[in-house]
Parts: sequence; C-alpha cells; structure tokens
Amino acid sequence: MEVGERLPSKTFRVTRADLVRYAGASGDFNPIHWSERTARAVGLPGVIAHGMFTMALAGRAVTDWAGAPDAVIDFGVRFTRPVPVPDHDAGTDVEVSAVVKAVTNDRAELDLTATCQGQKVLAQARAIIRR
Amino acid sequence: MPLNRSYVGRAFPPTGPYLVGREKIREFAGAIGADDPIYQDPAAARAAGYPDVIAPPTFPVVATMGAGRQLRDDPELGMDYSRVVHGDQRFAYTRPVVAGDELICTLTVEEITERGGHEFITTRAELTTPAGELVVTVWNKLVVRGEQ
Repeated sequence: MEVGERLPSKTFRVTRADLVRYAGASGDFNPIHWSERTARAVGLPGVIAHGMFTMALAGRAVTDWAGAPDAVIDFGVRFTRPVPVPDHDAGTDVEVSAVVKAVTNDRAELDLTATCQGQKVLAQARAIIRR
Repeated sequence: MPLNRSYVGRAFPPTGPYLVGREKIREFAGAIGADDPIYQDPAAARAAGYPDVIAPPTFPVVATMGAGRQLRDDPELGMDYSRVVHGDQRFAYTRPVVAGDELICTLTVEEITERGGHEFITTRAELTTPAGELVVTVWNKLVVRGEQ
C-alpha cells in the first residue's frame, strides 16, 4: 500500500431480507428497519438499513483490503445519510471505497467512503489496519 | 426536554458480563455476509492462533446493547429516543473478540453539545473481561434532533 493509493472499491447488495437477518443477529429491532408504516411515520422515505449494518459492510471491505480478518486496530464512521432499502430482490447497492492516508512499517490508515445511489452514506470514516 | 449536562463525565454501573457465543458469532457473520472461515470454523480460528472463532469488526456493538438501554431508559438524562439518530460509531481493539469471551461494559458520557438546534451525546463504552483486560473501546455519538 502506498500513500494516496485508491483501493479497488467494493459493492454490496442490501435487501429487506438482510435487514431482518441483521436485526435478529444484532438484537436491534428498531421498526424503522422493517416496518414501512413506521419508517414513513417518522419522516423517512421508507425502510432504511441499520447504520451498523452499513458499517459492517464497510468492515468487510476493510478486512478484504487488509488481507486478513483480524488486522483491524481502529475503525470509525460517521453516518451521513440513511440507506433506503426497497422491498424487491434487487434491493439497493452500497459501494465502499478507500484511499490510503498513511503507511508505517506495521500499519496503514485508510480514509473510507460509502455511497448509495450516488449519495455519501458514510463519511469521516477511517480504519487503521495492521500490515 | 434538553439532555442533562450534569451527566458529562458520569460513568454508569457496569452491565454484563455478556458471554460471546460461537453460534452468535456465526449468526452475525452470516447476517453481514462475512464468509471468512475464521468467523465460522473453530479449527480455522485455532490455525490462526485463536482459541475459538473470532468476531467481525462491528460485532462488539452487540455487547453494548445493555449500555444503550441504560442511556435510553434513564429518566434524569432526558433522552427522547423517538428523536434519536445514530451519528458516529468507532471501535478501538486491543485484540479481536473471541467466542468464549465474557465482556463487561462500562459506559461513560464523554460529551454533550448542542448545535443548530440539535443535541449530540458522545459516550465511551469499555468492554473488559472479568479479569480486567480491556478488549475493545466503543465510542458512540447520538444525535437528538431538535423540534422542527
């Protein structure tokens, strides 16, 4: 990895079924992630993905780039926009990209971004990985 | 009702221990589509130097759910959960979480601020083993949207 290097971006498909599965796995049963009625009642365009689910997808991208599933030392994101997930098989896509911000002998710092429908959904996102 | 500023610096009573389960890690990894064998297969994890399967990077949030309820349910803090939106999340790891870990969660309110009619509360949750080993530190910033 070299400072300034743009890592190959990764795209993840998200469907309603994923949100149900993630709700069960994480214990977050907030109805805005499964009830269209509730999501609209609080002013959302529809059911949205858990922010932590989107962060988990970014985490997959980071471990892929790091080349090891246990190389993440620090990982933080800001949630900038919700990720609406339509109720059909194509769902929606979240694209995660990264630029290498700093490199030392044993670590690299990545500047991360995630977008959905061309809008930034994760920003000020950073990961420090062990090389 | 605004957030109670006297909570800044206050630590809540520890919650847990949360026993990290092999099956829960498998379920979580499956739910996020993380298919590395180290999350599923104890033999693969042992080959990588761990006693059992390890958890993907965002898994520690599951061990902080009790602390989240402490914040939400504290009547003196004044958090209107219907107006809460997740702002930031960050994890700092001393090592991966491993199946079999018992994690005690101690939550501290780091900061409460206000800007543009919205309030922001930042907390730090330390996940430690019963022996006192710090495993993961989790920072969370929630936005409490103002009336509009």
